[in-house]
Amino acid sequence: MKILLIAESREGKLLGSCYELMAFAEKMAAETAMVLVGSDSALPRFAGKLYLADATAVGEYNPDAHKQLILDVVAKEQADMVVFSHSSYGWDLAPRIAFAMKAAQISEVVDVVDGTMVVPVCNAKLRRDVTVKTAKTVVTLQAGAFGLAEEPTAAPTVEPIRVEAGGKVRFTGYEQAEIGGVDLGKAKIIVSAGRGIGKPENVAMIAALAKALGGEYGASRPVVDSEWVEHNRQVGTTGQTVAPKLYIACGISGAIQHLAGMKKSEFIVAVNTDKDAPIGDVADVLVVADLKQFVPLLTEKIQAL
Amino acid sequence: MKILVCIKQVPDMESKFKVDAGGTWYAKTDLAWRMNEYDEYAVEQAVQLKEQEKDGDLTVLCIGSEKVKETMKKALAMGCDRGAHITDEEVSGKEPYQIAGIIAEYAKDKNFDLIFTGMQSQDRGSAQVGILVAEMLGIPGITTVVRFAFKDGVVDVKRELEGGIKACVSVNAPAVITCQLGLNTPRYPTLPNIMKAKKKELLSTPVQELLKVEARQETAKMYFPEKKGGGLVLEGDAAALADQLIKILKEKTAVLS
Repeated sequence: MKILLIAESREGKLLGSCYELMAFAEKMAAETAMVLVGSDSALPRFAGKLYLADATAVGEYNPDAHKQLILDVVAKEQADMVVFSHSSYGWDLAPRIAFAMKAAQISEVVDVVDGTMVVPVCNAKLRRDVTVKTAKTVVTLQAGAFGLAEEPTAAPTVEPIRVEAGGKVRFTGYEQAEIGGVDLGKAKIIVSAGRGIGKPENVAMIAALAKALGGEYGASRPVVDSEWVEHNRQVGTTGQTVAPKLYIACGISGAIQHLAGMKKSEFIVAVNTDKDAPIGDVADVLVVADLKQFVPLLTEKIQAL
Repeated sequence: MKILVCIKQVPDMESKFKVDAGGTWYAKTDLAWRMNEYDEYAVEQAVQLKEQEKDGDLTVLCIGSEKVKETMKKALAMGCDRGAHITDEEVSGKEPYQIAGIIAEYAKDKNFDLIFTGMQSQDRGSAQVGILVAEMLGIPGITTVVRFAFKDGVVDVKRELEGGIKACVSVNAPAVITCQLGLNTPRYPTLPNIMKAKKKELLSTPVQELLKVEARQETAKMYFPEKKGGGLVLEGDAAALADQLIKILKEKTAVLS
């Protein structure tokens, strides 16, 4: 079995997720080659052949060109499987490659058990084992699901690849994340509000608990999307990644995108009415309670200490 | 201007799920059903575009049993002009390639200028259907859109990347756009619009007429993940819980000292 790993680069930098692709291939005990649209000044450590296209020539986002580059290498390497990260790059490109290869695509793989791919369903509340009926497979991997025991040290054998830069989609540049006054990355204590707070007025009780503890308050995506809390306080994949000494998740069910942004916190407390919420998997303490009762009580008691 | 928005009916994710007797999907009983959250943004954007373009004509498409018509009626009440219901009692067993095949077969000779859908469903979460439809129709597709503008046949969007960075992208219509959460503020249907929606066209087509592709994958088994956390679970009276938590924080962390 030959697996083609698709690494990513953003703003000229190689993304570390390429090592997760390698870990997956190791688990599959497969031969590998890698494709990167990036730069020869930011190469992955990889004991194998790296097909490298120059991102300044084709653009970091150019689905038509990237698709053609990858398909050329798939043909050359006779790859049985193509593996991406389940990222904004991977989920955009993977179905295009799967379609061209007449392959099944398995999205957001979290594990491989005896060769069977496992994916999450319904906000990770359930899982399913997937079997494919096609000769070739395209796979995207959930961020953080696979890790290498030790990072490789070898330098890859680089083979430059080229394609006409044209394409129907025109990428004109990046817009940086809003710079806010709050750097949650520096906070030692973070209390975060999730959908479970119910209404915007309840942000105040989360902020009050954070203040009583001498920390900052944050929020999960739905709360930010509802404009109850500004974006610069969002914790998760598309917000900030934090690792405070204490993280208190209030009314946050624990979508993978949120967990990815906070699971490295030293001590995690979850307050949730649902005992089975996925946040329980990463919490050191799960308080099964209605946060609207519990949070003000806790705040009062902490203030009284 | 012809616009199509593709939506899915999904269970409320806060529901208590059970695995069905076949062991390959969740049981569909005792669940509250709603419009896939990502699709609400797709419907809103499609309606805004229709309102902006004077000659806009907006079709909402949904695949499923009679029950999905409830969700389609919400889309009609939000402002879609007509509904295309693809009748399929077995929709939960269809994988993304089949779903995309059905949609592309429906859309192929209708010359839609823009097709909107959510970037993924909340239950399967495969994030494949939009791009597969684009590939099948041979038109461009752009995923994970959080800003959308349309002028003189050109679509200008921003794609949301990790860490809050956005990629600015433009493309000529026709195209498929998959919508990320936060793209806009989906409207609540008003009572007069709910009443009006009842009179709007909502035609059903049997899925057999549109399904021309074979499944490429299947679910062998569905199950609950093993609980990983050996975390402590505290239950009981709120005041007692607060005291217990403070005690634990004092013992296990340095934050209260």
